[in-house]
Amino acid sequence: MTTIAPYRAAQQTGRDGFWQLVHAEWTKFRTVRGWVIAVMAAVVLIDVLGLFLVNNGNSQCNGPCIPVVPTGPGGEAVLDSFYFVRQPLSTNGSLTVRLTSLTGVYEPEGGFTGPHAAPVLRKKLVPWSKAGIIITQSTRQGSAYAAMMVTGQHGVRMQYDYTGDVAGLPGHVSAAFPRWLRLTRSGDTITGYDSADGRHWTKVAAVQLSGLQGGVQAGLFAASPYYFQANFPSYAQSGGSTSPSRATGVFDHVSLRGGSPASKWTGQLVGANARLESMPGVGFHHDGGSFTITGTGDIAPIVGGAANTIYDTGTISDHLVAVIFGLIVLTVIGAMFMTTEYRRGMIRVTLAASPRRGRVLAAKATVIGLVSFVLGLAAAALAVIFGTPISRSHGVYVLPVSWAAGLEVIVGVAALLAAAAVLAVAVGTILRRSVAAVATVIVVFVLPYILGDTSVVGPAVSEWMFRVTPAAAFAVQQSVPKYPQVIGQYGPPEYFALAPWAGLAVLCGYAAVALTVAYLLLRRRDA
Amino acid sequence: MSQTASVTGRDTLRPTTGTRVGLDVLRAEWTKVRTVPETGWLIAAIAVLTIAVSTAVIAVARCTPGASCTADTTKLSLTGIEVGQAVVVILAVLAITSEYSTGMIRTTLTAMPRRFGVLAAKAAVLTGLVLPAAIVSVAGCLLAGREILPGQGFTAVRGFALLSLAHGPTLRAAAGSVLYLLLIGLLALGVATIVRDSAAATGTVLALLYLAPILAAFVGSPAWQRRVERYGPTSAGLTIQDTTGSHLPIGPWGGLAVLAIWAAAALLAGGLLLRFRDA
Repeated sequence: MTTIAPYRAAQQTGRDGFWQLVHAEWTKFRTVRGWVIAVMAAVVLIDVLGLFLVNNGNSQCNGPCIPVVPTGPGGEAVLDSFYFVRQPLSTNGSLTVRLTSLTGVYEPEGGFTGPHAAPVLRKKLVPWSKAGIIITQSTRQGSAYAAMMVTGQHGVRMQYDYTGDVAGLPGHVSAAFPRWLRLTRSGDTITGYDSADGRHWTKVAAVQLSGLQGGVQAGLFAASPYYFQANFPSYAQSGGSTSPSRATGVFDHVSLRGGSPASKWTGQLVGANARLESMPGVGFHHDGGSFTITGTGDIAPIVGGAANTIYDTGTISDHLVAVIFGLIVLTVIGAMFMTTEYRRGMIRVTLAASPRRGRVLAAKATVIGLVSFVLGLAAAALAVIFGTPISRSHGVYVLPVSWAAGLEVIVGVAALLAAAAVLAVAVGTILRRSVAAVATVIVVFVLPYILGDTSVVGPAVSEWMFRVTPAAAFAVQQSVPKYPQVIGQYGPPEYFALAPWAGLAVLCGYAAVALTVAYLLLRRRDA
Repeated sequence: MSQTASVTGRDTLRPTTGTRVGLDVLRAEWTKVRTVPETGWLIAAIAVLTIAVSTAVIAVARCTPGASCTADTTKLSLTGIEVGQAVVVILAVLAITSEYSTGMIRTTLTAMPRRFGVLAAKAAVLTGLVLPAAIVSVAGCLLAGREILPGQGFTAVRGFALLSLAHGPTLRAAAGSVLYLLLIGLLALGVATIVRDSAAATGTVLALLYLAPILAAFVGSPAWQRRVERYGPTSAGLTIQDTTGSHLPIGPWGGLAVLAIWAAAALLAGGLLLRFRDA
């Protein structure tokens, strides 16, 4: 009796491990010339449109004219222009005042009738007009400071080092309801107090200002930021009118203790600027124990959108607006990556070679995701790195951000493109028809922009759509923070409804759900 | 069985005149779209999606008492057209690219060698399909606006007359929106004939339709911004919906003419390529 050995093929059995599949899918991608050309074109499109269209002809200056913008202790660009009535304070000490009135005017658009005519002014206290007391390292712009102030519509605040903001007593100030403000300095720590009657004081906050040492300047100030009105009541459309404004504060019961107080108060416009000088009436008036100070400008961080600033500013992501073009190209390729398999019947070969269908889907998503990520990284890096000097050559000051924040924008854009392409693969698997898949993904991404244009629904609907649709992921382009104490045009392309990573998470959530549905359908359906 | 064969045989052998050929091509194209189940779904989707989006937009629009509202209620009611046009694009793209993806195009061109005629027949059939969908969509949108808008504070007292086709500009906006959808279909058909691949064609057309307005909002130079708005197919074409006449980049009929030029150029390029390229 002979035993027959079971048949063994001379050839090794093919492996269908995940990485073999990824390699197979990569080969499929790489060998379709049209796709490779298209994804390369996507990068070119993002950069060429972004870099050369955005600032095209925006320049109004000839030659080098980048404004010199001060930066605060935290490195952020700041607006530091105000009227300051000061005395030196060489040691520890305290400054107390009573504020009995805060009024303001602004210059409406078209109010400036001629070079020699006085501008037409309209009464209006801008919400963040401010008058109060300040202790600052020096009168140099961007110095460390802490201040107690009464604001136009936000009550008493303690603000420090441009970005810090703590609320004190609420309500408006008047002769009947005055506000007492006090700042005390102890080394580099400054404590702010407020009071309604000058007897019962409440501590607002104590802040430590790194770099505050030796002699400092203490005194009274008034400032009033640009009055900003959005032209379009729309979230997705930028633009608005900014009008210079000024605020006048009336102070009495001024007492400076500590050091060797001089008898004389010196008035000066800190951070004088040509655009502020058109506002008349700035200065101070000292009459007995009473000071009347009128100032313009602001002591605040500069936000994107150039609404609160006297400078032409931009952000590092200004040149990323064409990312949506690249997104559409990658969406088309992502959808086709799956749908062409169905069209050509290739899917049957693919699934015969790798019967574990989930792996096929995962391999496709991995390949298209990685390709999109790498290309997105390159496109975004080019747009950010070359965008900054291009903006500068047009006289635009690019708001400085840390290396980490810049990298976050670049990586974020790459992740946005990768997630969108994966979403397209998943939708392509679900619908199996490229036309429907491509149209669905594109409409979902552009819809918030399109509906944002319809002015009546404008802000609310569009902002809501930038929260709940995959378009939320465009938030990764946001490079500079929002500040509640600064009024600005907080809309695309500088600002989005969600924080960058939260927005990206929304898109990833959609992609994950679509992948799951695609996986279930792919397993259940006949190919 | 034999009877069928003989009938078919007689049919093909029949001597044909010019008009007869034209009608046959038209009927062949009509049979092709009629017998594909998705055609009906897509036509229904045009109307449903358009009316749904318009209704949703109208339902959230508010004219709160005391506030000054500057709304073009006609244009607002027709917002859904911006989304519905995507379905028109799908329908138009499929009309030609499905032939390429299945290889049917070779049969078609063998049976009907006059390639311009084939494209013209496709354009005619497509127009015939989109027309009723567009009319229903526009009527539905305006009806929704008529019913819902007064409840949202857009009342006659505040200067918002009830939407009515008796009002000249509203009639222009309504008729123009129907024409707009027809032209978008023709533009998409032309581009799809050029591109031949369904995904690429859809991507190209939708990018052309949707991205120009987005880009215009971000372009730094006002001159370029105006140029994009005047000559972009959507921004120019949709000026036909405007009934207030303020700040239009281009006149309403001029805008629709711009879109018509886009569509004609795309169809012409598509026709020439179809004529001179191997299928």
